[in-house]
Amino acid sequence: MSALLTVEDLRVSFPTRTGVVEAVRGVSFTLGRERLGIVGESGSGKSQTGRAIMGLTPLHAQVTAKTLAFDGIDLLSAPPKLRRDLRGKRIAMILQDPKYSLNPVMSIGRQIVETLRRHEKISRAEARRRALDMLAAVQIRDPARVFDLYPHEVSGGMGQRAMIAMMLVAGPELLIADEPTSALDVTVQLEVLSILDKLVAERGMGLIFVSHDLRLVSSFCDRVLVMYAGRIVEEIAASDLANARHPYTQGLLNCMPVIGADRHPLPVLDRKPEWAL
Amino acid sequence: MTVAVSVENLSVVYDDFRALDAASVQVEAGESFGLVGESGSGKSTLLRAIAGLAPVSEGTIRVQGRELRGARRDKAFYRAVQMVFQDPYGSLHPRQTIDRQLMEPLAIHGISDGERRILKALDEVGLGSGFRFRYPHQLSGGQRQRVAVARALILEPSILLLDEPTSALDASVQAEVLNLLEQVRRDRKLTFVMVSHDLGVVTHMCDRLAVMQEGRVVERLTSADLVAGRIAEDYTRNLMVASKGFRRVAETA
Repeated sequence: MSALLTVEDLRVSFPTRTGVVEAVRGVSFTLGRERLGIVGESGSGKSQTGRAIMGLTPLHAQVTAKTLAFDGIDLLSAPPKLRRDLRGKRIAMILQDPKYSLNPVMSIGRQIVETLRRHEKISRAEARRRALDMLAAVQIRDPARVFDLYPHEVSGGMGQRAMIAMMLVAGPELLIADEPTSALDVTVQLEVLSILDKLVAERGMGLIFVSHDLRLVSSFCDRVLVMYAGRIVEEIAASDLANARHPYTQGLLNCMPVIGADRHPLPVLDRKPEWAL
Repeated sequence: MTVAVSVENLSVVYDDFRALDAASVQVEAGESFGLVGESGSGKSTLLRAIAGLAPVSEGTIRVQGRELRGARRDKAFYRAVQMVFQDPYGSLHPRQTIDRQLMEPLAIHGISDGERRILKALDEVGLGSGFRFRYPHQLSGGQRQRVAVARALILEPSILLLDEPTSALDASVQAEVLNLLEQVRRDRKLTFVMVSHDLGVVTHMCDRLAVMQEGRVVERLTSADLVAGRIAEDYTRNLMVASKGFRRVAETA
């Protein structure tokens, strides 16, 4: 498998009043056309890793890496114009909460068309047709109606489907999904995940799935990176999760209450300072 | 066993939307009762109606035998019933120290030994006295939710209303807060009414639960029944499947 994305020694740091905070401290991995999960608690640097690849790190932060290459393009030295062309066209990102990440004053259809017309020279009618097709592909029953709705007029599950439609409409090769379902109801979560799963498989995209839910990630991805304090502490095949060696990974696996397992009290993570070294 | 909270045919109507439609639940004293359902099923509305935070249009609410009318609650009610909200980022005052937020209920109720109670409450939720003069933004999500629990416990209530107390927290921190809640329930023989969309959490914490859909209670069952799969309603079964996590449907090649 040729590498779609190569990340070597990625570091993201934020200067603050009280000193430099290193959110990501030397993350390395390569990604082919596969599903990769990144798991960790809040503050482990998992989202910042995704954002750095996408080029969405805040301006005052510093991003350095030995290599950060997407399909042979060095992302760190790429001019802003090239990055804008990549973003949305070849690399796309699904964010957590559709309530906050969709434009509230633009109809859903127009937001999808905007992505398309930014990256391709096509007519309005053609863009509209493709947007409607895409809405149908994310299993929205009445695409023509939803096309004209505003984000506040749809439910969370519908909003997240619209977001997936928006991100996939330009046919990206790499999709970064940052907690795509944690703002949704359990039942809706599964629908959205299966839509995402189907589209990723059909289109042969590379997927980076960022989440704090280790079980969810392992059921969705081929390979999982477990992050703690800005570093990867363990890399493991999803099928092999039961044999996780790092105590942090084991802790994340065990701390969820499971139906039918009578464990009182629940095991909690005993965070060791040496994990962060 | 005595009934701690009894809700009969309760309806809550916002304009022409029925958030709660003739819902009834009975919670025994000392038990832990769960309310499960999707967003919009009315589970939080039911909890808020008990606390006087939702406009009741029909039905009766009784807490420890006393009927509550309207949205006004007297001091005795708040001594007996306290609530923990979902989002610890929103439920603590951002510009007050933890000390001041814990002092407020004591001041309202004219309780004098504040000093001792605050230290005891902080100790009980596993935060040392070092956290006493900090502001909410200096705490992590889990620590903030611990403060919210401490604030609820400081009046020594007998009933705790919990509205998704851990859904804003990381999985690993969730375990800590759930353990804390179980611990205080055991120590103080509290009655819990807990809302959650996560069946795993509810079966872990509660003895009995009610499944809600579109403002109505569709099924009442014990956690043991749920675990054993003795389920009558399809809706409950769907929730059960959903909570087992994502399964890839075998692709037809």
